[in-house]
Amino acid sequence: MIEVKDLYYTYPTGLEALKGISLTVNDGEFLAVMGQNGAGKTTLVKHFNGLLKPTKGEILVDGVSTRDVSVAQLARNVGFVFQNPDHQLFSETVEEEIVFALRNFGFEKAVIEKQVDWALNLLDVTQYRKTSPFMLSGGERKRVALASILAWDPQVIILDEPTIGQDHQQKEKLQQFILQLNAQKKTVIVVTHDVEFVAECSPRVILMSQGKIVVDGTAKKILTNPKVLAQASIVPPQITQIFLELADLGLPTDVIDVHEATKILLNRLRKRS
Amino acid sequence: MSVIETRDLTYTYPGVTKPSIEEVSVTINKGDFVILTGPSGCGKTTLCRCFNGLIPHFYNGDLEGKIEVAGLNVVDHQIHQIARHVGLVFQNPENQLFALSVEKDVAFGLENFAMPRDEMRKRVDWALQMAGISELSERPPHELSGGQQQRVAIASVLAMQPDIMVLDEPTSFLDPVGAEKIFEVINELNKKLGITIILVEHRLDLAAKYANHVIVMNKGKIALTGSPREIFTSEEARLIGVGIPKATKLYQHLKKHGIRLKAVPVTTEETADLLREILKND
Repeated sequence: MIEVKDLYYTYPTGLEALKGISLTVNDGEFLAVMGQNGAGKTTLVKHFNGLLKPTKGEILVDGVSTRDVSVAQLARNVGFVFQNPDHQLFSETVEEEIVFALRNFGFEKAVIEKQVDWALNLLDVTQYRKTSPFMLSGGERKRVALASILAWDPQVIILDEPTIGQDHQQKEKLQQFILQLNAQKKTVIVVTHDVEFVAECSPRVILMSQGKIVVDGTAKKILTNPKVLAQASIVPPQITQIFLELADLGLPTDVIDVHEATKILLNRLRKRS
Repeated sequence: MSVIETRDLTYTYPGVTKPSIEEVSVTINKGDFVILTGPSGCGKTTLCRCFNGLIPHFYNGDLEGKIEVAGLNVVDHQIHQIARHVGLVFQNPENQLFALSVEKDVAFGLENFAMPRDEMRKRVDWALQMAGISELSERPPHELSGGQQQRVAIASVLAMQPDIMVLDEPTSFLDPVGAEKIFEVINELNKKLGITIILVEHRLDLAAKYANHVIVMNKGKIALTGSPREIFTSEEARLIGVGIPKATKLYQHLKKHGIRLKAVPVTTEETADLLREILKND
């Protein structure tokens, strides 16, 4: 469990990025952190694995304050996949990249081999095992970064903008994959702008603006509220936009999913005819 | 009139045996707004690097076939000659930005053209304003957020006022409203200044309405070309994994259940209008 208690964070440059955040993320929860550029989303989640320490307030991970443990200790339980894979990747081959952390955590050789195979296969990058990560496309590098974290099987997985640079198919796979992780009781925290992605995964959502949490609730409740979304520079999903425009015809306005939308329209047309 | 023309273009990076693009033949006309899409690793970025001469001049490797950009044979001209006509906005802004202030980054290309100071000042201010980052001019680019950096990268290319702008996922780090603003800027450059736009993009839901032409690549080859409407309703595009906007998807789902809208919508407004019509007439 992650408990955030009245968290403030000011960067050394003087920029006040977080202004009093309180939040509890339970084990096995799936949370999306949304909001405009510069709202403090990444700053917030960097506190969860101790990369940043509070200026004021406190973060407890499983009851232990992040001030009292090193990033290395926290990382065993909280894996962080960066927004820009180039901030994370450094090895000469994809395989080495994944082996690195496993070795640091002191896993046995046989376990390392097994975990590497598993992670490469999971993220569909086995064919690049011996390739330099820097020869890969942006989307592929992102998957390698994710594979290297999942390989050591942390309880909490934080993904900063996982869908950036992913093509449609990879995005769908990633989505299945994240839902699957969550179904296995992993805590998944995703920082994202991607409303369509959130509409399809339907996690709990917190919306941030200027260092504060504006609203906390279900995806359906938040994504269909254009007023609060506007505060955070988020546009409703396309399906919601369509239903909002047709509100005067008596259609519901809290629709985020294309299948639900189809069902509602079919019902309405059949009833009439 | 074509501004980019490739014929059977095949390119292999140094040290590998498999070509990254194979027998690519495309024609892009002056004033086009082209979306270049396709699965990750399909060769989109490689093709963009050919458009401004980074391939073959910077990356070396093995280039076969023909490529002409703004009337220049890319192989016979140097990068700086091609750069006068083609501006490339990189996928990762950090690969592009290097100066100590935003303003200096944006001015850099102009300095290399030996532009007079007054004119340079005007151009830089204009580009910053177009990209919506006038207030960041004194800030060091490396301290900015990913989205702000993307705007700086766009401004520095914009300042050169190229005939052709190639943008490789220029809004990937931006929030939806920020992305929309950038697309509006790009659209204005296209419609008002007549700059030819080549936009590499996966987020077709946001970008589709601006484009008149879509090129789909798959495994290093050109798989499909056509108008957004043609591409979004093509079974082949779906199989390749092109992300169809939800507005068009709703049309397809309804069609499967025997409800036909009059036209294929690409935007939410079009979909709402078409739905309104059948809901009222019903």
